[in-house]
Amino acid sequence: MSERTEYRYPSRMATENRWYDLFSRGSRDWLRHNEKVRETVKEELPNLISGSDVLSRPSDRTVQVPVRFLEHYRFRLRDEQDEGEAQAGQGDGQPGDVLRRAKPGEGESGSEGGSGGGELRFVLELKVDDIVDWIWEELALPDLQPKTTDALTDEDLIQEGWDKRGPRARLDRRRTVKEAIKRRSVQEEPTPFSNEDLRFRQLARRKRPATNAVVCFLLDVSASMDETRRKLAKSFFFWAMQGLRRQYGDVEAVFIAHTNQAWEFSEEEFFQVSATGGTVASSGFRLALDIFEDRYDPAQYNQYLFYASDGDNFGDDRRSAEALLAEMGAMVNFMGFVETPQNPLEASKSEMGRLFKALAARDYPVGSYTVHEEGDIWDAIRQFFQHQSEEVA
Amino acid sequence: MSNAELAEFTPKLEGLAQDQGLDFYPVDFEVVPPSFMMEVAVYGLPVRMPHWSFGVRYIYQYIQHRMGGSRIFEVVFPGNPNRAYLVNNNSLPENTLVTAHVLGHADFSKNNELFARMQSQVGYHIVEQAAERAHRIDEAINEHGQKRVEAALDAALALEQNIDINFPINRAEFPERMERRRREDPHEHGEFQGRFSDLPGEQEELDTEGGSGSVRAPIPPRPEYDLLWFIAHYAPDLEGWEQDIFLSVREESFYFYPVFACQIMNEGWASYWHARLLREAEFLPQQLYLDAIKAHSDVVRPYAGDKSVSLSINPYHVGFQMWEKIIEEHGLDTALRLRAEEDDFSFVRNWLDENLAEELHLFSYKTRRGRGGEEQYVIQDRDIHALREAILHPKFNYGAPRVYVSEMGTDGSLMLQHDHQTDGKGLDVDRAQKVLEYIQRVWRRPVRLSTLDGKGKEQILERS
Repeated sequence: MSERTEYRYPSRMATENRWYDLFSRGSRDWLRHNEKVRETVKEELPNLISGSDVLSRPSDRTVQVPVRFLEHYRFRLRDEQDEGEAQAGQGDGQPGDVLRRAKPGEGESGSEGGSGGGELRFVLELKVDDIVDWIWEELALPDLQPKTTDALTDEDLIQEGWDKRGPRARLDRRRTVKEAIKRRSVQEEPTPFSNEDLRFRQLARRKRPATNAVVCFLLDVSASMDETRRKLAKSFFFWAMQGLRRQYGDVEAVFIAHTNQAWEFSEEEFFQVSATGGTVASSGFRLALDIFEDRYDPAQYNQYLFYASDGDNFGDDRRSAEALLAEMGAMVNFMGFVETPQNPLEASKSEMGRLFKALAARDYPVGSYTVHEEGDIWDAIRQFFQHQSEEVA
Repeated sequence: MSNAELAEFTPKLEGLAQDQGLDFYPVDFEVVPPSFMMEVAVYGLPVRMPHWSFGVRYIYQYIQHRMGGSRIFEVVFPGNPNRAYLVNNNSLPENTLVTAHVLGHADFSKNNELFARMQSQVGYHIVEQAAERAHRIDEAINEHGQKRVEAALDAALALEQNIDINFPINRAEFPERMERRRREDPHEHGEFQGRFSDLPGEQEELDTEGGSGSVRAPIPPRPEYDLLWFIAHYAPDLEGWEQDIFLSVREESFYFYPVFACQIMNEGWASYWHARLLREAEFLPQQLYLDAIKAHSDVVRPYAGDKSVSLSINPYHVGFQMWEKIIEEHGLDTALRLRAEEDDFSFVRNWLDENLAEELHLFSYKTRRGRGGEEQYVIQDRDIHALREAILHPKFNYGAPRVYVSEMGTDGSLMLQHDHQTDGKGLDVDRAQKVLEYIQRVWRRPVRLSTLDGKGKEQILERS
C-alpha cells in the first residue's frame, strides 16, 4: 500500500449520540459462551445427576450448578512450581523480602483476559426438564408409552387447553410468545421471557384420563439405613420421578417409610424420617397396596412402585412380602428395587434382592438397581429408563 | 460534560501540539456511552468478528467496571484519520486530558517506524476493514453454520500471537511447493478439479517433478513461525471462507503488534504530551486545568489505591518518567528521534538506567508457592539488567511461546515444534493439547507437536 498524498484537515469531534446503545456484541458473545457451557455441562451429565448437592426438592424446577468460565486455550509455557521467570514490580522492599497478595486480582491488567478465566465462577441455573431431556438424548430413548391394561382402551389424545407446567416437548411456542407479549405490554420494565409465560399443550383423553400416573416411593428407614444410603435413594427417586413426569406430565407421588411397621408421609417429612427398629418389608408393601387400591384406581392410573433398602428383611416376613409383591406386580406398570447394600459385592444376594430376582424370573415387571455410591446413580437411572423403553418395544 | 467546550478546545490543543513539533494524521473523535467503550476495549476494535472468548473478556471487564475497579479513559485507533473514542460520562477536565493524550498517540503512530511499517502494510483504515470482515464472517455463519465458523475462529484466534512480523504481511508462497489439494471456492474452478485431484495415483505423481525423479523441496523449507499464514495457505482441505478467517485474524494481529511492542514508549509519550500540552494551554480555565492534572496523576501513578508496592509496572507511569528524563537531559530533538526509531526493547535497554530505576523503586521478583500453596513473591534484586529483562520478558515473540512448523508430511500431516531452547522450558501440555485440537479441526489431517515435559524430555503431542 503506497503512502497516500497527505493533506491536512482539522480533526472532527462527533458528539451526537448515534446508535451505540444498540450495540450489545459483548452480551451476544457472552450468551454464546454460556451456551457452550451448557454443552459442557451436558457432557457432565453423570456427575450432574449424582451430585446430591444438585438435588433440589422435586417441586423446584431448576438445579443450580456452579461452573467455571471456559478458557480459550493458547500456547503457554509450563508453569514451574517454583522459580519461574522474574517479573517486574515497583515499590518499597529489599532483596529477599517476601510479599503476599492482599486480595486476588490486584495489579493485574485484563488485557489478556481471554485466557486464564479460572478463578471466577458463576452459577448456571439449569431446568430439570432440560436435564431430563438430555438424559433422553444421551440414552437415545424413545418416549415411554403408558402401559395400557385391558381396562384402558387406548384412545387418541386430544389437545385440551394449556397448562403452565409440562414437559419441554409440549411447550407451545406460539402461545408462550403470546403470553409474553401480553405481559410485556403491561409491565414497567419487562423481562423478555419469564417462567410465567410458558404454556404447555395439555393432552387429555376424553372419558378416562389414562395419562394419570402415580408413583409410590417406599423407603426402608430401619437403623441400618444411614444418611448416605438415604441420600442415594433420594437421588434415584428424584430422577425416576422426573422421567415419569416427562412422560405423563402429571405424576402423583406417595411416600411411605417403614421399619417393622409403615407410615405414609408428606414429601418434606419423608426424607427426614429416621426410626429404629427391625425390618419388616411387608408392612410397607401392604400400605402401598392399600393406598393404590383406595385412591388410585388402576383403571385410571398408571402405577409405579420404587422400593429402596439395603436388602435386609426379617426371614419370617419372606412369605408375606413375596405374596404382596406378587399381588402388586399383577396390578402395576412397574416395580423397581433400589438396593443400597452394606457390601456392594453382596448386592442382589440379599433377602430382598433374591425376592425381586425371583419375581423377574416369573416375568413380573420388575427391575433391580444397585447403588453403592454417587457414581452408580447414573447407571441405575439409565438401566431403569432403558428397561422401560424396551418394555414398550 | 460539555461537548461544546471540548469541541472548542480540541483544535487549539492540536495547534499547540503542532507548534511543539508533533506531527499527526487528523483524529476523528467520538463521544460514546461507557457500555460501547467497554466493548471497544474488549474487542480491540469498534466492530470485530464475533467469538465467545470476547464474551468472557466482556464479563470480566463488566465486573471490574461495576466494582469500580477499572475505568477506560480513551481508546484510539491509529490510521488516517485516527479514530478516538471518549466516554460521555467522564468529566470535561478528564476528556480534555484524554484529547491531549490522544494527540500524543497520533504523533507516535505516524512517526514510529514500526507503527508506520505496519500501518502501510495493513492500510490506514483498519476500523472499516475490521467491520467489513466482521460482516463477512456473519455471512459465513449464515452460510456454513455457527459451529463451523466458530471452529475456524477457535483455531485462528488461539494462534493470534503466532505470526512472524519479520516478513511482510503479503508473502509469496514457498517456491517449489507441493501441488495442494485445496477445495477451492466452488465459484472459481467448479467441482471437477477437486474430484480430479482425488484420483488414485495422483499423490504419487506429485512427489516427483514431471517424472524427472527429482524430489520436491520440503515444506516449509525452514522453520516457519507464522502459523496463521502457514495454515491459511497450506492446510490441505481448508475452504475459501476459512482461509479468509485466518487471514483476517492475521491481519488484525499485524495491526496490533506495534501497540503491543511499543506500549511503554507509546503510553509514556502520550502521557508526557498530555501533561505538557495542558500545562501550556493558556486558554484552559484554571480550575479545569487543576482538575485535569488530578486526573493525570490518577493515570500515571505507580500503585493501585493506597498501596506502596505493586507486582506489575504501570507503563503509563514508567514511560512518562523515562520521557521526562530523556527530554530534560537530551533535549526534545533527541526524544523525537527516539520515538521514531525505537521500540520497547531498545527503549528500555538503552534508556532505563540505574538512577531512574532506583528513583522509581523498580525491582524484579520471583513467584513461589508457600507451604499452604499460597503464592509468595520474593524480591530478587535491583540489578538493572535483571530488571530490564523482567520488564521485557513478557514481550518476546508477541508474548507467545515460540512454536514453528517444522514439516508437512506427504500425507498432509502437520508437524509443529516448540523452540524450547529459546523459551527455556517446555509448554503447558494440557493447553497445548487443546490448541492442537483447535488446529486439527481446520487442518483435518494428523497434527503433531514436539515439546519438553516436566523432566526435560521430548514429548510429542498428537491429534488426528
